[in-house]
Amino acid sequence: MASEAQGAETGGLEFHPMDQFNIESLFGGPIAWYTPTNAALWMGLAILAVIGLMVLTTSKRSVVPSRGQSVAELAYGFVYKMVEDVSGKDGVVYFPYIMTVFMFILMANFLGLLPLAFTTTSHIAVTAVLALAVFLAVTVLGFVKNGFGFLSLFWISSAPLILRPILALIEVISYFVRPVSHSIRLAGNMMAGHAVIKVFAAFAPLVLISTGIGIVVTPLSILAITAIYALEVLVAFIQAYVFAILTCVYLRDALHPHH
Amino acid sequence: MLEGDIVQMGAYIGAGLACTGMGGAAVGVGHVVGNFLSGALRNPSAAGGQTATMFIGIAFAEALGIFSFLVALLLMFAV
Repeated sequence: MASEAQGAETGGLEFHPMDQFNIESLFGGPIAWYTPTNAALWMGLAILAVIGLMVLTTSKRSVVPSRGQSVAELAYGFVYKMVEDVSGKDGVVYFPYIMTVFMFILMANFLGLLPLAFTTTSHIAVTAVLALAVFLAVTVLGFVKNGFGFLSLFWISSAPLILRPILALIEVISYFVRPVSHSIRLAGNMMAGHAVIKVFAAFAPLVLISTGIGIVVTPLSILAITAIYALEVLVAFIQAYVFAILTCVYLRDALHPHH
Repeated sequence: MLEGDIVQMGAYIGAGLACTGMGGAAVGVGHVVGNFLSGALRNPSAAGGQTATMFIGIAFAEALGIFSFLVALLLMFAV
């Protein structure tokens, strides 16, 4: 990465759009496994936000719900219906895990949108753990529930016999790509959106200072930041939803491997 | 007036080329949603139950665009 002084001299970007994803120690010093970093801080805040929404608002329940309680009930009902619709009735047992993952990702995404915040879900290290946990759990569950019948997931009995080995190969590959795409989709979406906001944020003051056309470019880039920010709020929810619904799809495959 | 080395130039050109893959993902996502909408307008009562399927389709189409974005990032920062 170009140093900041060099960028300022040559009229380049004042800051690098990817600098926001750097993991830094909160109190300075080198980073070891026990160092409190900004990633740990914002993950903790995400969990506190989930507790605040789901536990504190429902501790004083009432028949006519308060605003916080209705949001909590809305989220609960939304995820419950999703698990029931996609995974089937016998998938409802695993609803608490999917609810936890959904709320954590949702809160981490939303908190990452705050100015100066750190987006924990933009790191593949974080999302890969979430995706691998789902992948391993679903694979173990498939073998526990179905025995070796789980392998019929790869042997598509509705296809013509001559095509089945080829399809089996494709199915096996796509099965093992699942944790990769599951994690990179979330991390890539969050990273790309935040980087685009920062690119426009760098345009806004730069052009105003260095050239005369800033009077056109600066309002346009501020408008672009506003529009992309609104899109990012939508993406933050949709990506949490997509992560949860794909978990439900994988769960359905594990419970009912027969096509 | 040339600076830097040819490996870095290749990496940057490759990162730019990798970004063309995102166009394919854009076509794919647009195709999924467009077909969902044309089906939903024919039979609006059945549309509500299929929104989840649409999002799954979007997610699969989008993943491949994200892969090309990842390749671009790797070329820019990791190679």
